[in-house]
Amino acid sequence: MKSMERENERGQDFTRRAFIIGTIQSGILAVLGGRLAWLQIAQGKRYRTMAENNRINIKMLAPSRGQIVDRFGTLLATNEQNFRVIIVPEQTGDIAAALSSLQKLIPLSQRDIQRVIRQAEKSAPFVPLEVRDDLNWEEVASIEVNLPDLPGLSIDEGEIRHYPLGESTAHLVGYAGAVNKAELTENDPLLSLPGFTIGKTGVEKAYDRVLRGVAGTAEMEINVVGREVRELDRNLAQPGKRLMLTIDSGLQQYMQGRLAKEKSATAVIMDVRTGAVYALASHPSFDPNLFTHGISVEQWEKLLANPGLPLNNKAAGGQYPPGSTFKMVTALAALEEKIITRNTTFHCPGHYEFSEERFHCWKRGGHGWMDVSGALMQSCDTFFYNIATQIGIDTLTRYAKRLGLGERLGFELEEERPGLMPTKAWKMGQFSKPWQPGETIIASIGQGYMLTTPLQLATMTARLVNGGLAVKPWMTGFVGDQAGKDGSWEPLGFKKKNIDLIIRGMNSVVTSKKGTAHGSSMEDKKFQMGGKTGTAQVRRISKADRLEGVMNEDLPWKFRHHALFVGYAPISNPRYACCVVVEHGVGGSLAAAPIARDLLLMAQQRDPASSPLNMEGRTASRFPNPPSRKPATASRKR
Amino acid sequence: MSGRIEISDNTGLVQRFWHFDWLLLLLITAVACTGFAALYSAAGGQFDPWASRQMMRFAVGVLGMLFIAMIDIRIWHRFAYAIYALCFVMLIAVEVMGHVGMGAQRWINLGFIQLQPSELVKIAVIMALARYFHAGTVENVKRITYLIPPALMVLAPMGLVMVQPDLGTALMIGMVGTVLFFVAGAPRWLFLSGIAAAAAAVPIGWHFMRDYQKQRVLTFLHPESDPLGAGYHITQSKIALGSGGISGKGFLNGTQSHLNFLPEKQTDFIFTLWGEEWGLLGGLLLLALFGFIFLYCGWIAFRCRHSFGRLLAFGLMVNFSLYVFINTAMVMGLIPVVGVPLPLVSYGGTAMLAALAGFGLIVSCHMHRDAKLPRM
Repeated sequence: MKSMERENERGQDFTRRAFIIGTIQSGILAVLGGRLAWLQIAQGKRYRTMAENNRINIKMLAPSRGQIVDRFGTLLATNEQNFRVIIVPEQTGDIAAALSSLQKLIPLSQRDIQRVIRQAEKSAPFVPLEVRDDLNWEEVASIEVNLPDLPGLSIDEGEIRHYPLGESTAHLVGYAGAVNKAELTENDPLLSLPGFTIGKTGVEKAYDRVLRGVAGTAEMEINVVGREVRELDRNLAQPGKRLMLTIDSGLQQYMQGRLAKEKSATAVIMDVRTGAVYALASHPSFDPNLFTHGISVEQWEKLLANPGLPLNNKAAGGQYPPGSTFKMVTALAALEEKIITRNTTFHCPGHYEFSEERFHCWKRGGHGWMDVSGALMQSCDTFFYNIATQIGIDTLTRYAKRLGLGERLGFELEEERPGLMPTKAWKMGQFSKPWQPGETIIASIGQGYMLTTPLQLATMTARLVNGGLAVKPWMTGFVGDQAGKDGSWEPLGFKKKNIDLIIRGMNSVVTSKKGTAHGSSMEDKKFQMGGKTGTAQVRRISKADRLEGVMNEDLPWKFRHHALFVGYAPISNPRYACCVVVEHGVGGSLAAAPIARDLLLMAQQRDPASSPLNMEGRTASRFPNPPSRKPATASRKR
Repeated sequence: MSGRIEISDNTGLVQRFWHFDWLLLLLITAVACTGFAALYSAAGGQFDPWASRQMMRFAVGVLGMLFIAMIDIRIWHRFAYAIYALCFVMLIAVEVMGHVGMGAQRWINLGFIQLQPSELVKIAVIMALARYFHAGTVENVKRITYLIPPALMVLAPMGLVMVQPDLGTALMIGMVGTVLFFVAGAPRWLFLSGIAAAAAAVPIGWHFMRDYQKQRVLTFLHPESDPLGAGYHITQSKIALGSGGISGKGFLNGTQSHLNFLPEKQTDFIFTLWGEEWGLLGGLLLLALFGFIFLYCGWIAFRCRHSFGRLLAFGLMVNFSLYVFINTAMVMGLIPVVGVPLPLVSYGGTAMLAALAGFGLIVSCHMHRDAKLPRM
């Protein structure tokens, strides 16, 4: 019985408390009802006006994309007016008739006409439809003149990306194009705007967010069927920021033109002290304007079919064995590790024996007795074979990485690739096989597993001739009004006498009569360059080839060696470093060194390093157009 | 007492059937019909794609409700904790799968239906609390130590739902839990200090909110700051509602909704569409129907002679009312935009089935109001 009372007591307590909750609920219901009445009666008239007669529609306004300029303010990427002809079906009456009279004035495909007619059937009659874009001035003029006879047609103005230097800056600046589905994941309402473009490659991609700008809005009053009545308010779009690169567009254009004499080649020029990149080009190239105006299927397929891979940025993303340009790394490692001194000599009979294997020097008869600077000058392979196994691959790779090889350097382009510097652990991980000493021997002359990019090789050269500072390549001068990097770099900790010895060897490659690049010596000695030739094997030279005396030049193009040259100038006080790679160019001294000579001469004549970056860029550069100059016809020898 | 025959174990199924609360079903059906009409209008005067499917779901849901109601309350009592545990496991499962998949995944795909455990977990929490407090005495409930286990029963699923992240559902679980503590007899000072603590916790909660949630709150406070985004929803919803006036624009004539000014018109903003077309009269009618449902369920709770039934029925009623309050307050611009549907009216499978399952349990409480339940 007691529990019964208890239960009743609980029930009463529950009832009391539930009643409180019920009261609160009634209160909330009353508030909701009141709010509804307030909205629909007290405010009803106001909202009805907003809803019935006019209502607000918010339109997005596209910002204009930021310009990209070179260090002198020369335009590399800009926006051009894009004239479109549009049609408003309800003002036209007979669309087909209007379009066919338009066809008499401007070229208009049957496909375009069909598309417009189809769209008109689907959309409301007051929605403007694009008939054709990218009209030229003549077409605009002829339409404007005939507008009275073209009811419902009008000219509309938008923006289209334009690259004034076309092929010359295609790999550097990249291009912008329509947003594709995979890119829509990003949370920016602009991306869904029809006709909006974003950076696809190069600087356009790397700096897309700052170039893009911020959308504006226009509040439009539209009437009951959705027709725009008038604009109420406008929030202007914030245009994208202007981007200034350290590039010298004159040098860049000259470089592109010089490389175009080869089938496939690439080059970089950078400042040895600051790391600023002045020119970076790859040939064959493509016209980025094709992409903004809509590339045709035939043009696209032609680009894809080209064996020179015109879409690839070979300067930052091409990976090549460094060949003999790597010998500076081997020499520096041996000197720093005290394996050799400046006086150490080895005899070169034209080959080197190691555990019953024979490693050939490129010179069949051999070089005789060689010290380290002579071995650099004449590119004697045997000298480096002799010291290779004492250094060991892991130490060699450590020095290569300190000089900037085999790792990303943080260059602005996403196209930059890391290359490869092998270690014992790497080979075990990759192939589950131990490292062989013979592999160190071929690594000492930059063959085997090693891969480097031209950008890395130019950086390596800069780090040597600037006295051992850890310079890195960069090209962002200003983003809006914000300065990019400045050039102060940490020392790498190499001994000065060792670096000087290497530089002396590289100087003699060009200055000495026996040097492998003497044929590319400058006529004007104050511009004289130093450097190192390199030849990277694409296919190993077989014994049969050697016996039959097959010349590399006789092989099909794709099996020929890559020709490399790393250089710097002037030798009195180096300022510019460059790397040239001629794909399948057979030999560094024959194919690559003359190009490097021409590029370094032009770099010194224009001397972009002497004009510091400022935000505006100068209104006119000293060389608005590259002076036409025939490359010197010096005799070519090995 | 009422003139009804008491239901005992040997009452036949047919007899039980007659004891079903047909008036409640009538009220529910009336509310659902406003939903069908609104969905028919939202589709531009067509049954496809929303109204027809919603009707089918309603029919299935009502069968489920009948089935649940017929099951003896003692069975629900016995399995209350097991059901709670099952829902809790499912909640963890979506959390794990959500991490494997992308973003905020809140459902389990069973093939024929995408089950959102967070909907079911609300009912499970109410059942578990009802069973727990059913076993306690008046003195027990006044002791803080006795209140710790049920507090954990509420906080654990709340935390899981919050990381999903589904702030709205987490808050609803918390509110229902609080109400159950209150009606179960927990000391009053607890609630007063709880309110003070909640006020202090606001800045901390702000810190843990996702960006989009913060955005919603900020937009609510300054709707004009984001005319393209969330503020747009509130503004457009108010314009649509307000322009409806007293008698509305008439069925199928809701210009705002039909011109796509109204976002999510078939789900979270269905009340706006209804209010635009049927005006203040239609809106008040719908609110009144909901009010009658609350009242009826409250009456069922009062009549129950065991604590389990009282607490279960009352908790489920409060849960249902929270949906209605939050949704309608949101579309009228009284609170920030939260993704809570209007139960029985908004288009959506899980919400409809969960609501009807809840009513099934309430009816079961009513039909077995005099049952003898074990103390534990």
